[in-house]
Amino acid sequence: MRSNTRIATILTVVAIAMFGFGYALVPLYDLICDITGLNGKTGRVDAASVQAAEVDQSRWITVEFTGHTTSGLPWVFRPLQKKMRVHPGETAVANYYVRNNTDETITGQAVPSVVPGRAAPYFKKIECFCFSQQTLAPREAKEMPVRFVVDAKISQRVDTITLSYAFFNTDKASAKKYGGDPMAVNHDGHHVHAHQAAPDG
Amino acid sequence: MATAAAHHEEHPGGLTRWLFTTNHKDIGTLYLWFAFIMFFVGGAMAMVIRAELFQPGMQMVEPHFFNQMTTVHALVMIFGGVMPAFVGLANWQIPMMIGAPDMALPRMNNWSFWLLPPAATLLIMSLFMPGGGPAAGWTIYPPLSTQGGMGMDFAILTIHMLGFSSILGSMNIIATILNMRAPGMTLMKMPLFVWTWLITAFLLLAAIPVLAGAVTMLLTDRHFGTSFFDAAGGGDPVMFQHVFWFFGHPEVYILVLPAFGVFSQIIPTFARKPLFGYSSMVFATATIAFLSFIVWAHHMYTVGMPMAGELFFMYSTMLIAVPTGVKVFNWIATMWRGSMTFETPMLYAIAGVFLFTIGGLSGLMLAITPADFQYHDTYFVVAHFHYVIFAGSVLALMGAAYFWLPKWTGHMYNERLGKLHFWLTTISFNVTFFPQHFLGLAGMPRRIPDYALQFTEFNQISSIGAFVLGLSQLLFLYIVVQTIKGGKQATDRVWEGAEGLEWTVPSPAPYHTFATAPQVK
Repeated sequence: MRSNTRIATILTVVAIAMFGFGYALVPLYDLICDITGLNGKTGRVDAASVQAAEVDQSRWITVEFTGHTTSGLPWVFRPLQKKMRVHPGETAVANYYVRNNTDETITGQAVPSVVPGRAAPYFKKIECFCFSQQTLAPREAKEMPVRFVVDAKISQRVDTITLSYAFFNTDKASAKKYGGDPMAVNHDGHHVHAHQAAPDG
Repeated sequence: MATAAAHHEEHPGGLTRWLFTTNHKDIGTLYLWFAFIMFFVGGAMAMVIRAELFQPGMQMVEPHFFNQMTTVHALVMIFGGVMPAFVGLANWQIPMMIGAPDMALPRMNNWSFWLLPPAATLLIMSLFMPGGGPAAGWTIYPPLSTQGGMGMDFAILTIHMLGFSSILGSMNIIATILNMRAPGMTLMKMPLFVWTWLITAFLLLAAIPVLAGAVTMLLTDRHFGTSFFDAAGGGDPVMFQHVFWFFGHPEVYILVLPAFGVFSQIIPTFARKPLFGYSSMVFATATIAFLSFIVWAHHMYTVGMPMAGELFFMYSTMLIAVPTGVKVFNWIATMWRGSMTFETPMLYAIAGVFLFTIGGLSGLMLAITPADFQYHDTYFVVAHFHYVIFAGSVLALMGAAYFWLPKWTGHMYNERLGKLHFWLTTISFNVTFFPQHFLGLAGMPRRIPDYALQFTEFNQISSIGAFVLGLSQLLFLYIVVQTIKGGKQATDRVWEGAEGLEWTVPSPAPYHTFATAPQVK
């Protein structure tokens, strides 16, 4: 029955390859999302290419701003303006306020998202605090800018875009300390809620 | 091969017979009993769910426990009930149907079964861990599944073990079908149950490792600092849904294709006509299997896909109705002008085809993207998948049990009780799940232990149906045990219209069959 062993060997290779394929799906999806702007993944452009772009003075786009911290990041984080009106093709700056409420230095990472999804490929950030991790010293507060441009080629049907940020604690141990560890279970078997564990600032 | 004939009926007795067995019939029996036990375990959990939903408000259990019940009920029924039951049927029937002495890889066969009991134990144990068992639904979407206590880790390891078992089992089935057919048994002469299992085995081999990958990523996200699905580290929770459903959609065909095979064995037998459109059945099965890999995102229309994606997944999903329709029409054409009799297996097959088609039609409704935005995550979906999985797979399994039980035990089951079991099961099934369509259309969300007052009546009807459905299965257990213990001696052919190699061996089938390969003309 040598050929049984051969078939089993081939099928084992297939199974292992499919296991690998499951992992390969992760970068593949990311690639597709980046190319197409699906899933709210927004484009990043440099300032020079924006200068050359034409401004469409005939249209107004309302850009709304929002943001929140996840449990585990004891920071205050909010946009300094709720919304602004811009022309497509025009470079604009919005500011967010952030304050570290603890006596520790903490590093966070903001993850942006844009809705509606079909506007995401046309919402281009030139400069953003989300491009890199942000480290705040104890009790430090600062303003952080987002410089962006809405591509003039955006669909006529879009008149409002919402830019949202979720701010995460990059250090898992630190996040756990501030109540961000969802696996933390107290002796009653109930989950510890973030607002109970985080020291009030 | 020739020496095997000298072994007679001898096999070790007691526990070691079952622990060390490499005999396909023993292993088939083990699989079937395991699935039967899991069917009752999962059924008990369904009873808890329906008892809680009998009235609005909180009655019996904590919401968190309710969520564990919906999750573990699904995992137990899918991975512990339906899948092992079909592998058990495959073990018993495929070698007998293709004229092989045993499975191709008998020792591996033993291992693939004995992975199941520890896996099931692990899953049940999870319910007793601090924080409880997995409660994120059987689809275990993050971020909920990256949270929670160690119950989720138990569930992940359970899925790994069950997945291993399925992969080994499907390798064995493929090797058996490709290598061990009797002389003259060409691929296009194989009984349709063997064909559907060959295709199912390839689906398992391609889909289960992807699930293993997805839950491994989940596990490393939970404990080892990776960020596949964790937005803080640049991951994406929606990614999990894509990877999961890349497995999940083929999985539903893994559950239902062998059921199609069972229908295709039973209906010609009791219509006393050959199966209509044999080769179109084979190609329809293969087409369904192929399409199953390109429709996954229809489970996630509401995550915010672009129009082009929604349209692609809508059209490709609706395309599945074509090969499925071919199958349903072929079964009807097989019955057309046949000399039909309605013994219990035939009743199950006809009801299975009929009710599965209802489930298929509600599936078509769900496939329509704009409509799905209303139906998504409502009881309409619950009604839909119980019409395809219970009415398709489980009714087929029950029909298959009555169909082959005389061959396995050598005794005829009690026909009156069998019919009683059939009517109790199908009527209570419809009482349970048909009102859930209305609940879903009216907006009752799934996986919630409480509901608004206007849903009370339909929920009460549904719960009463569920209790009858659950209790009726004790009758099934009684009939099976009664048939094993005794009953009218079954003939070798058992059914007047039965065709195929398995009906040429004595009833009960001897421990070793086809030690000398039969010649198929």
